[in-house]
Amino acid sequence: MTTSPADRQHAAQAEAETAKSGSISIRNFDFFYSGHQALFDISMEIPPRQVSALIGPSGCGKSTLLRNINRMNDLIDGISHRGDIQIDGRTIYDPHLEVTSLRKRVGMVFQKSNPFPKSIYENVVYGLRVSGVNDRSTLDRACEEALRSSALWDEVKDRLQQSALGLSGGQQQRLCIARTIAIRPEIVLMDEPCSALDPIATGKIEELIMQLKKDFTVVIVTHNMQQAARCSDRTAFFYLGKLIEFDATVKIFTTPGQKQTEDYITGRFG
Amino acid sequence: MATKLDKPLRVAGEPWVWCTAMGLTLGMVMVVLLLGLIAWNGLSVFWPKRVDLVTLRAGSQAGIGGSRTLAGELVKRQERTAPTERGTYEIQLFVGNRDAYDFSFKYLDEADIESRATPPELMVIERMEGGDAIGTPVRLMVKGESDLAADAGAFLSRLRAQVEVAQARRAAILRVEKHEIGAINRDLEDANRALRNPSADRVRIDGEVAKLQQRYAELADQARQLRAAQADDQLILRLATGEERRIALGQIVDYAWPNQLSTWQRITASFHAGWNFLSENPREANTEGGIFPAIFGTFVMTLLMSVAVVPFGVVAAIYLREYAKQGTWVRMVRIAVNNLAGVPSIVFGVFGLGFFVYVVGGSIDSLFYPEYGSTPVFGTGGVLWASATMALMTVPVVIVATEEAIAAVPRGAREGSLACGASKWQTIRSIILPASAPGILTGLILAMARGAGEVAPLMLVGVVKLAPTLPVDSLWKATDVVPFVHLDQKFMHLGFHIYDLGFQSPDSEAAKPMVFATTLFLIVLVLVLNLGAILIRERLRRRYALGAF
Ligand SMILES: Nc1ncnc2c1ncn2[C@@H]1O[C@H](COP(=O)(O)OP(=O)(O)OP(=O)(O)O)[C@@H](O)[C@H]1O
Ligand SMILES: [Mg+2]
Repeated sequence: MTTSPADRQHAAQAEAETAKSGSISIRNFDFFYSGHQALFDISMEIPPRQVSALIGPSGCGKSTLLRNINRMNDLIDGISHRGDIQIDGRTIYDPHLEVTSLRKRVGMVFQKSNPFPKSIYENVVYGLRVSGVNDRSTLDRACEEALRSSALWDEVKDRLQQSALGLSGGQQQRLCIARTIAIRPEIVLMDEPCSALDPIATGKIEELIMQLKKDFTVVIVTHNMQQAARCSDRTAFFYLGKLIEFDATVKIFTTPGQKQTEDYITGRFG
Repeated sequence: MATKLDKPLRVAGEPWVWCTAMGLTLGMVMVVLLLGLIAWNGLSVFWPKRVDLVTLRAGSQAGIGGSRTLAGELVKRQERTAPTERGTYEIQLFVGNRDAYDFSFKYLDEADIESRATPPELMVIERMEGGDAIGTPVRLMVKGESDLAADAGAFLSRLRAQVEVAQARRAAILRVEKHEIGAINRDLEDANRALRNPSADRVRIDGEVAKLQQRYAELADQARQLRAAQADDQLILRLATGEERRIALGQIVDYAWPNQLSTWQRITASFHAGWNFLSENPREANTEGGIFPAIFGTFVMTLLMSVAVVPFGVVAAIYLREYAKQGTWVRMVRIAVNNLAGVPSIVFGVFGLGFFVYVVGGSIDSLFYPEYGSTPVFGTGGVLWASATMALMTVPVVIVATEEAIAAVPRGAREGSLACGASKWQTIRSIILPASAPGILTGLILAMARGAGEVAPLMLVGVVKLAPTLPVDSLWKATDVVPFVHLDQKFMHLGFHIYDLGFQSPDSEAAKPMVFATTLFLIVLVLVLNLGAILIRERLRRRYALGAF
């Protein structure tokens, strides 16, 4: 079999795709909600293709940080920041960078599942459609692939055209994950994705997260210590808007460097 | 702690519950009574009433022209305002025959009445002019045949056949006079306008004009002959007062012997009358005939208004809610919009006349219709400007409803879409607008309810008592018939029709039943339009149920 130049170019492009790593580096990041400071001087290097968990007591700024990585906080009036967040070495605050293209590279799954009131199929391909992909076969392929990798395909393959609102809570959350990974982002942000789910659905999603790290950098906010311990490679502990400690999960859960971290994970506060 | 259980009534709030429930009940009862009254009075118009033959006591002066007998439909029986020693009740009869008596209603003291009967031979004839005739048929005079007495066996079938002939002829007259001659008139006007153009081929146009004028003369002659033929056959009717009248069969719209009808026949007759009322053109200064042009005009106006008001309102609401920077300025705009909803409707009428008709319409005329000279085309009231005025009047309702619907879209839906890389506009188009569609339709329903019932502003911008054409109809050209939308034409409206019938007609007593029937159909039309919108809204609700967020 001979390879045409077009094929070779395609292959090179595919290689470049897989080579794009999805590392996040946060540098001296301060964040303010209309004057009130929510994050203080955060600096962390989130490695590519690993699961990083953000833990900490309620109100400590985990969601705020997460929502800054895909600039979801832009929707809020009166915000400001200092410092920088870079993805693969490029700042996300580059004025030439379209925020929509940033969000295509940094997907997000929310605490409450939020499928659109459309069919399952249209939910999954929504991100592709808004990027201008309308070719039926491409969409079909992407839909199946995304549903398979979010472990939902077998459950919904016969009802793709039915409303997504008819799915169970856990299925809806996996659908939202499928919707996020269908656009092939580099990074998937998850804000307490399992907090509204029962243990079985949670187990499925955790399995899924372990799968996802093969292809994506995953940053997950969780209140569940076991969950952080089970499925993350690295864990960051936040307290009152400050990053206290960020290290390998094993280390955080066995020999934490800071007293506050130990108190928190052993349940002495929070 | 246990004292909480036996709280006094006042604290439990029960009296307030009763109060609110009573308020609601009172409101409901009033609405039901009002609708019931309108429905009853409106529908009973179509029910064929019996005709009473009343014989007065000897010496009574109450009869018509000194006669002791009179016939008519009983309208009502009431207590006299000033009772006399002879009795307290009086009755009102609809005696018809306006051409003979100069009036069609007559009050009689019950004390004057010797007897009342309902003889089967009494006939009611609905005529093109002069209202109903009531009397006993005597004979039928068909041109070229010998007279046929009413008790002859062939009388009924001959009458029916000749009335049908006359009705067909009436349709032919309408076609010739209104459509064919109308088409020639239009062509003549076109030719005249063409002549004003200095570079026109005068010889050719003059030739065409001559040809058209010749054709016109032929048609006019044809119409004249047809009209004359309408009076060929006649029915002799003896009124209860004894006098005999001739009725040309060409005048007869419908006839019946109401005292002979069975209940079933009465029911079919009233359906027939109701259908005629809905589907026919009005006659005799709107006091007779149907209301079709008014129904159609109201319908077209409301539809055009909806088509105009929804895009405007939705676009404005999207801007206010999604794009404008929230602050004092936007708050002020919002207050202004809300206040706009409270501006008296006549003010909108004046604005519509000044802005849409004179400014916009006038400019359109001077730009596109210079050859019409001083005759306005769009520079005068018409269904387009009426709809635009009503749209302007109701746009605040749609803006407010849409804004609320947009604000009610859960944040999760919006963020989910943005997180997929959708732009703001994509999010609005594919997530926010579909989810707020039911709310937008609620706004439209309110707008339609207000717009369809409004009369005052319409009187300034295009409603007329009698419109020459429907807003949408077929235009008769010399060669063919084409569908035609006259957005510039004046139109009829049910609300205005009610006003005109009830308060502008010379005989308001005679028009009263028509007013009730028209009111009933105005309410039904608004209801039908609203039901349509509600059905669409329910379908959308089911489709975009956002319960899962
Ligand atoms: N939209 C907002 N406007 C103003 N302040 C906000 C806003 N969102 C969050 N905050 C504040 O920022 C701080 C951090 O909030 P954040 O939501 O990031 O906490 P969190 O760690 O995610 O808490 P939880 O675990 O309860 O979700 C809190 O003090 C909160 O009150
Ligand atoms: Mg949070």
